[in-house]
Amino acid sequence: MNVVIALTITGILNLFGSIFSYRKITPLLSIIGLTTAIVFNSMYWNTNQSFFNHMMVVDNYAVAFGTVCMVLAACLIIFYNRFMGDNDHHLPEVLSVIVLSVDGAIVMVSYTNLLMLFLGVEILSISFYILAGLKKKDLGSNEAAIKYFLMGAFSTGFLLLGITLIYGATASFDLSVISEYVKLNSTSTNYLLLSGVLLILVGLLFKVAAAPFHFWTPDVYQGAPTIITAFFATVGKIASFGAFYRLFQMCFSPIVNEWSGVIMVVAIITMFIGNITALQQKNLKRMFAYSSIAHAGYMLLALLSHDYLGGNAILFYSIAYGISSMSAFIIIHIIQTQTGTDEAMGFAGLVHKNKTLAMITAISMLSLSGIPLTAGFFGKFYLFSSAIESGYVLLVCLAVINSFIGIYYYFKPVIESYFKDSITDDVIKLKSVETILLIFLSIATILLGIFPGLVPAI
Amino acid sequence: MNTILSIVPIQYYIILSAILFSIGVMGVLTRSNAIIIFMSVEIMLNSVNLLLAAFSTYHNDAAGQIFVFFIMAVAAAEVAVGLAIIVMIYRNINTIDIYNLNKLKG
Repeated sequence: MNVVIALTITGILNLFGSIFSYRKITPLLSIIGLTTAIVFNSMYWNTNQSFFNHMMVVDNYAVAFGTVCMVLAACLIIFYNRFMGDNDHHLPEVLSVIVLSVDGAIVMVSYTNLLMLFLGVEILSISFYILAGLKKKDLGSNEAAIKYFLMGAFSTGFLLLGITLIYGATASFDLSVISEYVKLNSTSTNYLLLSGVLLILVGLLFKVAAAPFHFWTPDVYQGAPTIITAFFATVGKIASFGAFYRLFQMCFSPIVNEWSGVIMVVAIITMFIGNITALQQKNLKRMFAYSSIAHAGYMLLALLSHDYLGGNAILFYSIAYGISSMSAFIIIHIIQTQTGTDEAMGFAGLVHKNKTLAMITAISMLSLSGIPLTAGFFGKFYLFSSAIESGYVLLVCLAVINSFIGIYYYFKPVIESYFKDSITDDVIKLKSVETILLIFLSIATILLGIFPGLVPAI
Repeated sequence: MNTILSIVPIQYYIILSAILFSIGVMGVLTRSNAIIIFMSVEIMLNSVNLLLAAFSTYHNDAAGQIFVFFIMAVAAAEVAVGLAIIVMIYRNINTIDIYNLNKLKG
């Protein structure tokens, strides 16, 4: 499994950066390592190889989700100089943790054994606990770290109990054996298996931040350093959904009637809580935390689809959401360092300060709210059509109402940046590589909105 | 090996683990000291370990016991990170009571 090996070696090399004093080149090293891993990963397209004694299978699904996670992580590392400021002497270690957490994401999207699911979730989560607390002196960051840690460990307990009960019912951790067992026994009610499925569901809903298990999300997203929040909201969420969909589609689709009700209720609550609470937020990071909760609600619709349409829909949505969310958080970070405020009024008069940045803000907000000609529109379109084809019309109606609610708060920063006057007239200057990256993300958003066929079917 | 299970049937293990797990959950939800919450999480994980070992004997399958080792190793890693976070907080506010951490609100 060359991808995992490449990422691990990159992580370890980064760790040595402080000892052998090549800390200056560690960002470059990480990017090279991630690029190598992406190349290795794309070579597995259409091969369906299994690794580590059938613990992992790299099918097209895994390749696609893995590539998305690694590209987003690489985008994040390009902004490395904005990570910490005063804490910059820990740069090699931070980069190492980020690269190693991507390892966890890869494991989470390609497992075929519940042991690997557990390990992947933990590799990702433990790295995230560290990243949330990066600002050691900042009380907000401390609070985010402890809340994330306690809630993450708590949810891991539920995930593990679920895995154990499923093991008790099926005598195996292997997904193919479990799915055989579920298929054979789909008519009879097996309480051990069902409670296992429900507990795994609780554990994973915690990880993807769906209501009513979302309460840690706003605090963690607000307290963590903004650039790390971007990482949580994109890579963390996409990898968790990759794991979620894989498990429930591969194993538990024969008993879909037993758990689809739970998912439906959770999806509706999640969308409404996410969108309505986001309306009232002044702090932009908090607003985007709630918006990411709402997006989790939309993505849950894909789990309900009966065929592989759901896989394609969730992949496209992940890409669209990942790109726009990443650029939105990066812009918030830039504005925050410039004006010192987390609130929407920091965007006031952005168009006079930096035209490109204002345009990129507008494009990413349009995409997040799902306006046509952006990737977000087709993401929602695929999700909703996959849910309609499985017969959840009412659910889709509610989802559409929610995306209308979303437009209101997504347009706040856009209105501020185009129609309000700023207090100061300082020009915001960016490094050329940062501008190029942001423009690249916006172009990708628009290209996917015009030619959605660019994302291959899995 | 199944002689043990003929003396103490598997249902007893499930009930014991469920009780331990519930004690852990209650601890997490009601206590305010970060270390004690953390301890409650460990109780949850250990109840799962017990159940895994019992099921492993029940099914005559070693995979469950291997899983226990993985849980222990990962829990150790989690302890390392968790205690580091708690120490970091103690240095800043001189307490580990989580009700003192209420800066983030919306």
